[in-house]
Amino acid sequence: MSRTFLGLPRRLSRPDDGAPPAGADGSSEQPFGPVPHPQAPLRWGDAFPVAAHRTLQDAQLRRNLGHATQVIRAKRAAVVDEVPDWEALRDAGSALKERVMAELPELLQRLEENVTARGGVVHWARDAAEANRIVTEIARAKGADEVVKVKSMATQEIGLNEHLAAEGIAAIETDLAELIVQLADDMPSHILVPAIHRNRTEIRDIFLARMGDAPPDLSDVPRELAMAARAHLRRKFLSAKVAVSGANFGVASTGTLAVVESEGNGRMCLTLPETLVTVMGIEKLVPDFEDLEVFMQLLPRSSTGERMNPYTSLWTGVTPGDGPSEFHLVLLDNGRTDVLADEVGRAALHCIRCSACLNVCPVYERVGGHAYGSVYPGPIGAILTPQLTASTGGVSGHGDVNAALPYASTLCGACYEVCPVKIDIPSILVDLRAREVDADRSRNGVDPWAAAMKAASWVMSDGGRFGLAGRAATLAHGLGGRDGVISVAPPPASAWTRTRDLPAPPSQTFRQWWAKEHETPRTPEEER
Amino acid sequence: MRIALAATCIADTMFPGAPRATVRLLERLGHEVVFPRAQACCGQMHVNTGYFDEAVPVVRNHVETFAPVADGEWDAVVIPSGSCTGSVRHQQAMVCRRAGLDELAATAEAVAAKTYELSELLVDVLGVTDVGAWFPHRVTYHPTCHSLRMLHVGDRPLRLLRAVEDIDLVELPAAESCCGFGGTFALKNADTSAAMLADKTAHVRATGAAVVTAGDMSCLMHIGGGLSRQRAGVGTLHLAEILASTRAEPTALPPARRAATEVAR
Repeated sequence: MSRTFLGLPRRLSRPDDGAPPAGADGSSEQPFGPVPHPQAPLRWGDAFPVAAHRTLQDAQLRRNLGHATQVIRAKRAAVVDEVPDWEALRDAGSALKERVMAELPELLQRLEENVTARGGVVHWARDAAEANRIVTEIARAKGADEVVKVKSMATQEIGLNEHLAAEGIAAIETDLAELIVQLADDMPSHILVPAIHRNRTEIRDIFLARMGDAPPDLSDVPRELAMAARAHLRRKFLSAKVAVSGANFGVASTGTLAVVESEGNGRMCLTLPETLVTVMGIEKLVPDFEDLEVFMQLLPRSSTGERMNPYTSLWTGVTPGDGPSEFHLVLLDNGRTDVLADEVGRAALHCIRCSACLNVCPVYERVGGHAYGSVYPGPIGAILTPQLTASTGGVSGHGDVNAALPYASTLCGACYEVCPVKIDIPSILVDLRAREVDADRSRNGVDPWAAAMKAASWVMSDGGRFGLAGRAATLAHGLGGRDGVISVAPPPASAWTRTRDLPAPPSQTFRQWWAKEHETPRTPEEER
Repeated sequence: MRIALAATCIADTMFPGAPRATVRLLERLGHEVVFPRAQACCGQMHVNTGYFDEAVPVVRNHVETFAPVADGEWDAVVIPSGSCTGSVRHQQAMVCRRAGLDELAATAEAVAAKTYELSELLVDVLGVTDVGAWFPHRVTYHPTCHSLRMLHVGDRPLRLLRAVEDIDLVELPAAESCCGFGGTFALKNADTSAAMLADKTAHVRATGAAVVTAGDMSCLMHIGGGLSRQRAGVGTLHLAEILASTRAEPTALPPARRAATEVAR
């Protein structure tokens, strides 16, 4: 079987790959379906060109993504255009994040002090394994075999749900799109809209097959789908003892955590259960409470194309008689301090996970999120994933699949233009390419790209040599035949000519024409 | 003005029509054009593919060749390419500094400060939008990514085109979407590149234009390569080739499936 339920790629399947149970019977009782998730949420599947080759053939995916990204692009553009000081806001956001990175150790300590002073417990996790262990121990101590979750990229990044499942604890995603992904045993394909690759008919099919308590006559009308999910989740909110969330922002000077969301599921998770565990990447800090004013303007307009998000939850430690009586904050490094150490690449840590760069990216729009083989897809994923995984290969690894990610861009610059904190993604992509090339210089054997670049460097660094090369190329003028084009070429040019014609070289280069038209006759020695 | 032309490596060897048209246009406007023969390439291909060490000698050659502009020997350097101008402005000094060549980086910056993409030179430096051109055909304009988002040329090329006599300029749908070229991206990620190109050529064809024009021959090589393969009946011309066209010396409509180099005068 090459495809699993609902057309998931084979690589996500178990090797012995039985078909998952079709129909609604029983499967909803399992926290996870029969398709195991990748061991490494930041490195799965094939390298980008191979994975993209496959996803590009999925006509439904192309339709779904093309439609969704066009709609959200237009929404974002409309609400950004109405803000007169948008560029100043971007500058402010960028400057704040630069300050956070420069003062990160001090700010983190201040956050810890303030969270602790307000009755919270702070944990430090060097990597995914430590963070997963900490969350598991807290849930266990509370005797919970089920936790409700607020949508969180940090917990996606560490594979928390899979880890908890292995420990016998069911993690229930309560964000609608995240629930769809979870029910389908899928992986998210977008930072903000993890089920963006699904249309509503597919979602109806997933609910009917996997939700267990979905009405049997469920239609694909969005309102009906949302109501079915709401009824399903309401039971979970009321019974769960422990909730797990991420954080959009952590305020160092007050110890306040913030989650912004659209559906209200987050508010339920953050207020109803007795115990709240928040996993936050260490880069999510802002120095002071008033700094939120900048990001609360930038984030909703950039992400969902709304002037303001429907729910903003802020909490500081614990308040007796109001909300959770126990609050744990897990501060996650997981490669971030390595990124921070890099002068150019560290700007990737400024990201506030708005996903505007995904929505405008012409590459993402066509290949979808799964081709990136990481929970962080798109332009930001292409600079973040290889850096976060650098200690285990990543951008510095010979042949590591993540080393292909910085090349998954035409450098068109659309991402930089929309980034609310002005991350110069194209320049970082180029820098990461250079780091990878340099890392591979120690490699034995002949790399055809390296050999070609070396030869081209010699030719292109001297006008005389370049003139000779151009003149030699004119000898191939006849290759174009009557139409003047080359339609079939040997590798590597075949990668071009498979889908595009290549013009034959002209009979005369520009500099030959110039010499004839604009220069006095030269000696043969000069005339090169 | 005395203007030095950086022809770009790709146009020099593959599409001489573009720099030739640039020369004709600027001379017609009464300026003197110089072509420093030591030039070869700006280094963009090496930089964008990650080969910074190999880019250094290429960048050095470009910077040293055009250094006289910083001393006032020429008034400006013109490049008929948005992406090469972008590389000169945003990459050359960075590559030099990374290699520890601070002095070369400073020269690179001085040269870059006097280097202009063609539409910038015409509109901002020479102060013209009507260059006296005549081109009686339906044309659509593709704003290339680097001219649009790195140089921010805005509507300068369109203002120049609108002033062309008898031109039938039609708007390109989804014009600001990348065509999928991306230099070595077109080879390293050929499938994705082709998928992007499919949409771009569909939009070009929907305009009914006989010619698609742009400020970069590299992007036009990509779009034109796709149109040619499809037998779409749409040719490509560099912006300079349209602006150089006059009643007395018209630029011929490019046969749709023939190298642009063959028809450029």
